[in-house]
Amino acid sequence: MNAATLFGICGAALAGLGLFGLITNSEPLRKILAFNLLGTGTFLIFGVVARRGAAAGLGGDPVPQALVITGIVVAFSATAMAVVLLLRLFEESGKATLDPNEADGASTAEDDS
Amino acid sequence: MSMANAFDVALVALLLAIAVWVVVARAAFSAIVVFIAYGLLVAIAWVRLFAVDVALTEAAIGSGLTGMLLLGAAARLRGTTASGRCGLTLRIVAAMFCAMISLGLGAVILTPPDVVVTLAPAAMANLPPSGLGNPVAGVLFVYRAFDTLLEKVVLLLALLGVWSLTPDRLWGGVPGPQVDAGPDGMLAFLAQLLPPLGIVVAVYMTWTGADHPGGAFQGGTVLAAMWIVVIIAGLQNAPSIDQRLVRFLVVVGPAIFLGIGLAGFALADGFLSYPAGYAKPLIIVVEVALTLSIGVTLGLVALGTPQRMRRQ
Amino acid sequence: MMPGLAVLTDASADGFLLPLAIILPVAGILSAFVLGGRHAERIVLLLLVPGLGVAAAVFVAVWRGGRSLVYLVGGWEPPLGIALRADGISAAMMATVAVVICATALFARGEFAQPHGRPEARAPFVFWTLLLAIWTALNTIVLGDDLFNLYVALELLTFAAVPLVSLKGNAATLKAALRYLLFALFGSVLYLLGTVLIYSAYGTLDIVLLSGRVHPEPVAWIAAALMTMGLLAKTALFPLHLWLPPAHAGAPAPGSAVLSALVVKGSFFLIVRLWFDAMPGLMDLAAAQMLGTLGSGAILFGSILALRQQRLKLLIAYSTIAQIGYLFFIFPLALGAATSNPWSGFAWTGGWLQLFSHAFAKAAMFMAAGLIAETLGHDRIAQFGGIGRVLPITMFTFGLAGLSLMGVPPSGGFVAKVLLLRASIMEGQWWWAAAMLVGGLLAGGYVFMVLGKAFSSASASFKICAPVPRSREVLPLALALCAVLLGFVPLQPSNLLQIGRTAALTVASP
Repeated sequence: MNAATLFGICGAALAGLGLFGLITNSEPLRKILAFNLLGTGTFLIFGVVARRGAAAGLGGDPVPQALVITGIVVAFSATAMAVVLLLRLFEESGKATLDPNEADGASTAEDDS
Repeated sequence: MSMANAFDVALVALLLAIAVWVVVARAAFSAIVVFIAYGLLVAIAWVRLFAVDVALTEAAIGSGLTGMLLLGAAARLRGTTASGRCGLTLRIVAAMFCAMISLGLGAVILTPPDVVVTLAPAAMANLPPSGLGNPVAGVLFVYRAFDTLLEKVVLLLALLGVWSLTPDRLWGGVPGPQVDAGPDGMLAFLAQLLPPLGIVVAVYMTWTGADHPGGAFQGGTVLAAMWIVVIIAGLQNAPSIDQRLVRFLVVVGPAIFLGIGLAGFALADGFLSYPAGYAKPLIIVVEVALTLSIGVTLGLVALGTPQRMRRQ
Repeated sequence: MMPGLAVLTDASADGFLLPLAIILPVAGILSAFVLGGRHAERIVLLLLVPGLGVAAAVFVAVWRGGRSLVYLVGGWEPPLGIALRADGISAAMMATVAVVICATALFARGEFAQPHGRPEARAPFVFWTLLLAIWTALNTIVLGDDLFNLYVALELLTFAAVPLVSLKGNAATLKAALRYLLFALFGSVLYLLGTVLIYSAYGTLDIVLLSGRVHPEPVAWIAAALMTMGLLAKTALFPLHLWLPPAHAGAPAPGSAVLSALVVKGSFFLIVRLWFDAMPGLMDLAAAQMLGTLGSGAILFGSILALRQQRLKLLIAYSTIAQIGYLFFIFPLALGAATSNPWSGFAWTGGWLQLFSHAFAKAAMFMAAGLIAETLGHDRIAQFGGIGRVLPITMFTFGLAGLSLMGVPPSGGFVAKVLLLRASIMEGQWWWAAAMLVGGLLAGGYVFMVLGKAFSSASASFKICAPVPRSREVLPLALALCAVLLGFVPLQPSNLLQIGRTAALTVASP
């Protein structure tokens, strides 16, 4: 098993772990963390695809590498937005959970001003 | 060969161990601290995969800025009651589902196609006319420039999204914490020592990105980090979000990129194509502008929503 | 090499319209961000006519020409470069998006007008810029021909839609926005995983090239399953619909209009692109039937829950969940058709007509709900008595839009549902017809529930919070009339919607 395949398996396992964390962790901050795990796992798999495409004197296929760079920036943007939303939610409501126990919006009389 | 394999195996084992810890740890704070180390280890894995540009980006953005954001959040949320774990049936079903997906992905990894279809030869063959030496830069700014342009817009939208969460009374205010760090403290010392070095590194990374690993994203992130250090140490105030200069700096990168792309209609083959012979200087102009914009944008995103109004 | 591919990658003469459709709103976003304040609204209003113009030009060009428009960005051919492609459904989607966004922009001037001489306010500045961002993202989704480009467009759409949900800033909308964001991120990353697998197997992400390279094999199935699951989460198909009601109900009225009418359809568009264009012939009957079953579940579940709602905006949001279910009948009916050419099938036209008429009708409904809530200060249905006399045009609009949801003539919804019903019966899959009929009855239930309350006599505690000028009631009416106008489309498969289909099919056949 060469290095690329090893990292590929690692990426697959990370993606599974991250997905599990995203689905089962009930705290939003942990969900965001798990989403990042899932993201890095996905990118690692892409990197393995790039490594396997090494040709023309390059160490890897540059197209997936560039796509991963784009993906990392996008994932960071997503994390930032989620974190700020969570912090604002905590400031407004004193709680940092997404409990679905109360029917959202139905408990308070919402007006449209 | 066996030495390299042992290193890789150790790296992978450590990565998986950290990932498991991140998912099951009780305290968010410890999970995040460990996650920052995880990011750096992933960057090393990228180097082992011969993708140095990606390693730089992962270390800077994926580990550094993301970790900073999450750590700050964990600090502010510390003490909130951890809500109950979700039910056992959901966890078992989710575990089976995720295991299936992992196994499927693993199977795909273990059975690569006999003939690997790769775009590396095409990318290298078309590189000389643009004058670039770094094929990843070629993909980002020549072949798939449209993706990069859209991604800049995505980054801008993320900043707008962060700002949109400002309470109305604080609109136009100053983001970032109010710091009373003493001028003789360690933090102030660091903030005086690091930025000059950091700026040189950032400029170098951007400049060299045309021919070697590096580029606007990596350089811009280092710029953002230096700016954040200076602000956190209290040596400089963060700008208020309604300042024209701040808005202009955020927009100048994508605007120049868009402008050069539009000029392609008249001067070259169409949108986002470069006139023959002028590709490299134009790309460098774009990269410099983007570095500036990315630095300012990432810094502002990391600083968050305005916390106080500017002192008049 | 496939002979058809050379034709498909030839750029068209008026292909420049395609990047223009994306450049215009992007330029708007950049200018609005830097100029800020009052200028954001002016920039949006300035861009409405050119944006509509470009959408109309693409529509006419595709219809007259009878073939897709193609543009190679940067002059690079796929697989190295990125292509933009406008086929029949793209052109129709672009037109719908442009009309709904124009109407929303004009409607939103009432709520998000920037006051003169005051410093920049948060909500208007953010709203106008987000509207442009949604337009950019939707145009890119509809025109994009590259799977990763579509991923970036999907993220752009999410980042534009989530702050719309939390625009009001209270705890309930923040929670709804966070839940929406988490679902959307779950969807995006699954989509990305699928894209990675596809590149690993076929070495390209261009949809047209993929249609020639994809074979039924495990990699392709896993990739398609992952991508579909991710896109289903973003389209809020039952059972991944939990995020939609609080999100769409919590946004301001123009925001809800755009979210329900357009944003949710973007990811659906990609599911169709994936199954019919990128990987034709890959999916078997079982998967298609499963999507249809989930669609039926959405119809029944959404409609029944809509009946139980006490707030109008939540009712309309659950109605969106139900109406999205109809869209998924395209898969069992158009994929599994007995005839060798499913494109001429009724189901294809019916499904798309359902999408367009629902877009107009739902936007009109949310705007009407917004006007009612502004007038009364609340949107509790039980206390609507007497509003019919105060806002007759608005209630008439609500009723007109309801015609589309129920599938009653004259309306686009009627034509759509009749076509789908015919297709399901012609193909012997009568169970979808049963779901549609029940859905229509239930829709009638909740529409008439609202109308009945509105036209009942006012209670003693009825008071008007803030009267709404008649001029603002006209815009939702115009949108509802668009939905009705679609009802005059002939009851047969549309030629426009099939432009670009046969080309892909030719490439796919061995």
